[in-house]
Amino acid sequence: MISLAGRDILHAWGKFVFTGVGLGLLIGVTLTMAGVYRGMVDDAKALLDNSGADLWVVQKDTLGPYAESSSIYDDVYRGILGMPGVERAANVTYLTMQVRRGESDVRAMVVGVVPGGPGEPGQPGYLVAGRRITRGHYEAVADIATGFQLGEQIQIRRNLYTVVGLTRRMVSSSGDPMVFIPLKDAQEAQFLKDNDAIVQQRRRTAENPAFNRPGVPGLLNAAIASQSANPYVNAVLVQIEPGYSPDDVAEPIRRWKRLQVYTREQMEKILVGKLIATSARQIGMFLVILAIVSAAIVAFIIYTLTLGKVREIAVLKLIGTRNRTIAFMILQQAVGLGVIGFVVGKISATFWAPIFPKYVLLEPGDAARGFVAVVVICVLASVLAIRAALKVDPAEAIGG
Amino acid sequence: MLTKGIRINGLKKRYGKGETAVDALKGVDMQVAPGEVVGLIGPSGSGKSTLLKCLGAVIEPTAGQMTLGDEVIYDDGWKISDLRALRRDKIGFVFQAPYLIPFLDVTDNIALLPMLAGHPNNESRQRALELLKALDVAHRARAMPSHLSGGEQQRVAIARALINRPPVILADEPTAPLDSERALAVIRILNQMARQYETAVIVVTHDEKIVPTFRRIYHIRDGRTNEEAGEGRAFE
Ligand SMILES: Nc1ncnc2c1ncn2[C@@H]1O[C@H](COP(=O)(O)OP(=O)(O)OP(=O)(O)O)[C@@H](O)[C@H]1O
Ligand SMILES: [Mg+2]
Repeated sequence: MISLAGRDILHAWGKFVFTGVGLGLLIGVTLTMAGVYRGMVDDAKALLDNSGADLWVVQKDTLGPYAESSSIYDDVYRGILGMPGVERAANVTYLTMQVRRGESDVRAMVVGVVPGGPGEPGQPGYLVAGRRITRGHYEAVADIATGFQLGEQIQIRRNLYTVVGLTRRMVSSSGDPMVFIPLKDAQEAQFLKDNDAIVQQRRRTAENPAFNRPGVPGLLNAAIASQSANPYVNAVLVQIEPGYSPDDVAEPIRRWKRLQVYTREQMEKILVGKLIATSARQIGMFLVILAIVSAAIVAFIIYTLTLGKVREIAVLKLIGTRNRTIAFMILQQAVGLGVIGFVVGKISATFWAPIFPKYVLLEPGDAARGFVAVVVICVLASVLAIRAALKVDPAEAIGG
Repeated sequence: MLTKGIRINGLKKRYGKGETAVDALKGVDMQVAPGEVVGLIGPSGSGKSTLLKCLGAVIEPTAGQMTLGDEVIYDDGWKISDLRALRRDKIGFVFQAPYLIPFLDVTDNIALLPMLAGHPNNESRQRALELLKALDVAHRARAMPSHLSGGEQQRVAIARALINRPPVILADEPTAPLDSERALAVIRILNQMARQYETAVIVVTHDEKIVPTFRRIYHIRDGRTNEEAGEGRAFE
């Protein structure tokens, strides 16, 4: 027996390939949507992995530092260092902002880290060019996705920084590339007021009799100094000693320091479960609609192709072709269309994924699930056409 | 009684029910011997197509008997469960338009029938080629139907009707789209094949050109047939 479906496809391959390509672009969009979601999850995991921390110590009753703002004193880390099982602890600040570079600006997450060697929590894990931050001020290490070059001057708030190193895959949970600067600078950047506001504040402080007592020289200056310093950081990143479990180390810090402590596992739950949950549902809606649209298109195309073959189907039935053979022919064509569509979709998604501004992660598992979904959709979509074909009366071939 | 070819006795067909019912066949009697080609002639609406559809087992008669080859297929009800297989194995169809499958080449259009019956592809194609040779279209064996002339298409359709060596061929206006030379050629081929393969052939026609070729003609009028000797000219 020959493949009727195959012969029909070969005969009308132009029609098939064109509709297949159209369907394929739609499937490509669907795969890309899934890839956008995977990319978001992967960005979130990369953020956690690359921070090099086992525990995140943040302000009490907050989901910080990524999902909510958190601020704790910058000397808290000393106390944490003394807790059992803590190997290293380092302050860190996060500030998402536009980093100026000449005329333009780039959206980035500015991370304040304690200058130090590799392995210090908060530091970028590895560099692709240049060196680490060694000075306490005005040096920066940037993710290459920012487009910054080594040696370039960038502006964060009012200060200029020299890019001394480049890293990669260091992104915020929303996919913005990171720029690392020394902690002191970052604290200042978070807090910095404009000159008018500073003058204003000094005037207000000077007018306040509580801070400006005639009999206490130096009080005003001390008050002003304390107002213009920022003693806060967003979190303390903790690495634990080998042999300790994160929960065992976290518990005493929580109890004795009255701070919130998250383990890596809890942090991932917060990021994936809360921070990107709405976006995930948004993408889910898109996937559902795209699936329905694809199904409708396949159903429509197969149905029209079948209606165009009513006479041939009547002849096939008249000369004794079984319904099963005819149904199988239509089914094969629907699935064939789906396969062409899937191949085109997979290729186009692979082709255009790198051009997307945010990370698009095409997982083989998603492709496999997508393929199964396409086949199932095609099978369901062919039901309509098969019913129409089975209704064709062989007597029609004989005519009046 | 040993029967071969086609025997029809008292065949009736009523379309619809109640007041709107149409008695398309009111008691048709017909006999066609193996190797014989008979004409079936009648005015429009007289029941020719209805008779072919009953014989071709695509609609169910209301009453009567039909015998194809040595098998009673209808006796006030179908005597056969698999009408598809009956059509595939026992009946060849030739229509006014050749109705070839457009996506199969000439050979496979013909070979499809034995393939459907489970014969291997090679053997089926071999048989198709032999028939194409006999019908003088072997040189077009690999062409697609849309690239054939009308006469060539009709010959391919005849080959398709013959391939399973059915005891019966039913032809509905097979020469309508052809000029008289080609029309006569088709009838000649049908006669030749009928004799060669011992096939009983019924040709429904309006075509004045071919009417004189039949040796026997059934006239159908208002759902009833009567038999009449034809001139049987071209093939004496
Ligand atoms: N499906 C049907 N339902 C009801 N009546 C029908 C049906 N098919 C045919 N008829 C009627 O049965 C009668 C015979 O029809 P049939 O098609 O057999 O005529 P015919 O001899 O083939 O005519 P023509 O030469 O025009 O093709 C006509 O009166 C027709 O209206
Ligand atoms: Mg008719």
